[in-house]
Amino acid sequence: MQDRPSYDELLAAVEHFLDTEIVPNVPGSRGFHARVAANAIRIVRRELSNDEEQLAAEWSGLDAVLGPAEPPAGREELRSALRERNEALSTLIRGGDADDGETARKVFEHVQRTVRDKLTVTDPALLERS
Amino acid sequence: MSRKTATPDEVAAKLTAFLKRSHNAKSVRVDNVRLLTGGASRQTWSFDATIEHADGRTETLTLIARADQRQNVGSMTRATEYRLLEAAHAGGVPVPRVHLMGDDSLGAPFFLMERVDGETIARRILRDDEYKGARQKMTAQLGEILAAVHRVSIDRHGLTSDLAGPLAGKSPAESELQRIEETFRSIAPEPHPAFELAIRWLKARLPASGEPVLVHGDFRLGNLIIGPEGVRSVLDWELAHVGDPMEDLAWVCVRSWRFGNDQLPVAGVGQREDLFRAYEAAGGRAVDATAVHWWDVFGNLRWGVICIMQARAYLDGLSKSVELATIGRRTAETEWELLNLMEGSVSG
Repeated sequence: MQDRPSYDELLAAVEHFLDTEIVPNVPGSRGFHARVAANAIRIVRRELSNDEEQLAAEWSGLDAVLGPAEPPAGREELRSALRERNEALSTLIRGGDADDGETARKVFEHVQRTVRDKLTVTDPALLERS
Repeated sequence: MSRKTATPDEVAAKLTAFLKRSHNAKSVRVDNVRLLTGGASRQTWSFDATIEHADGRTETLTLIARADQRQNVGSMTRATEYRLLEAAHAGGVPVPRVHLMGDDSLGAPFFLMERVDGETIARRILRDDEYKGARQKMTAQLGEILAAVHRVSIDRHGLTSDLAGPLAGKSPAESELQRIEETFRSIAPEPHPAFELAIRWLKARLPASGEPVLVHGDFRLGNLIIGPEGVRSVLDWELAHVGDPMEDLAWVCVRSWRFGNDQLPVAGVGQREDLFRAYEAAGGRAVDATAVHWWDVFGNLRWGVICIMQARAYLDGLSKSVELATIGRRTAETEWELLNLMEGSVSG
């Protein structure tokens, strides 16, 4: 267990430094890239605070579409298994099995939910506008 | 593959020698060399050249050098881009005037063109008071410019065989969809079910098409130079191809180019109907709303695949750019837009 500040508190310090010291004082493409860097830190902070919950939600959403399965233990194992299940979902869509009817509706809703989850991390302002 | 970017001093020395040779000049001085942002895969340098000609006359030119950072397979050569700019100018499209085709001085293909002053940063164009007048005129101007682009005679300028076009026996829509699907399948590091849904949707609804025309291929805010009086110049022709004119009309309306002005689909400044009206009035093709909608969906898929492609340059170690790295996370916004555009016609 590390000492305070936590990773989120450390990242907040870097974000603040970029936003208040670098972005307003550095012109041109370097200043623009500092803005991009500060935004990357915001993305990482939101991802770290949502990751566990979102991976679990994606798994259970895929259960509804592909049939239930037991999620593996461990974050990286879960990611890798999710990737495989998303390959399976992609194959199902490519094969025309989600073109219409009940499956189409379920697949569409699941994909919509996972994309919404991605946006809550990468661009929550877009979700607020739509 | 990765090549270190030349320093401004190195570029200045090489351009000085090139201009001296090309103009047979007494002396050339190159100042204010700087690498401009934008155009992630290729380099654009801005500089001033003071040329003392053999007859003693001296002139200062404000120029741009467009050079390939790396040679992408299948991408437009600088020589084609140069001739395309000449053809567009002859067709009444506002573009920078070309100055000289380059040689191997920069160690990469390049050409020189005039530097058109003005604003390219979308957020300023959409927010600053200075561009208020421009914003009011832009929608109609964009329609008129696209009408001119689509009337450029590529045959007469000998460009037909140099530009990408529809695949044999296939419509522009089917060809572009096949190309973007192949790119997606070869570069995406992970599966994208939202793109699979979009590809399926697009395949089931291919629009009929008329005579193929010159399509700019990247007509949007960011590739336009704007002054307080309106559009000054259309840049970045490297994605131009022979295709369906409706593609350009849809691309300029992709949500990502509205920069938050969601209620103004045309580049964040206007309404589609006004764009279409100006386009048709200026001699553009008849606008087919169903086809434009298809190209809307296609455009968002394409922008999503481009996001993945740009992030791949970072993932593959070709670039360490924080901009390219983070653009991978913008893929999700295109997926969201695709789902919104398809909703109602997908859910069974």
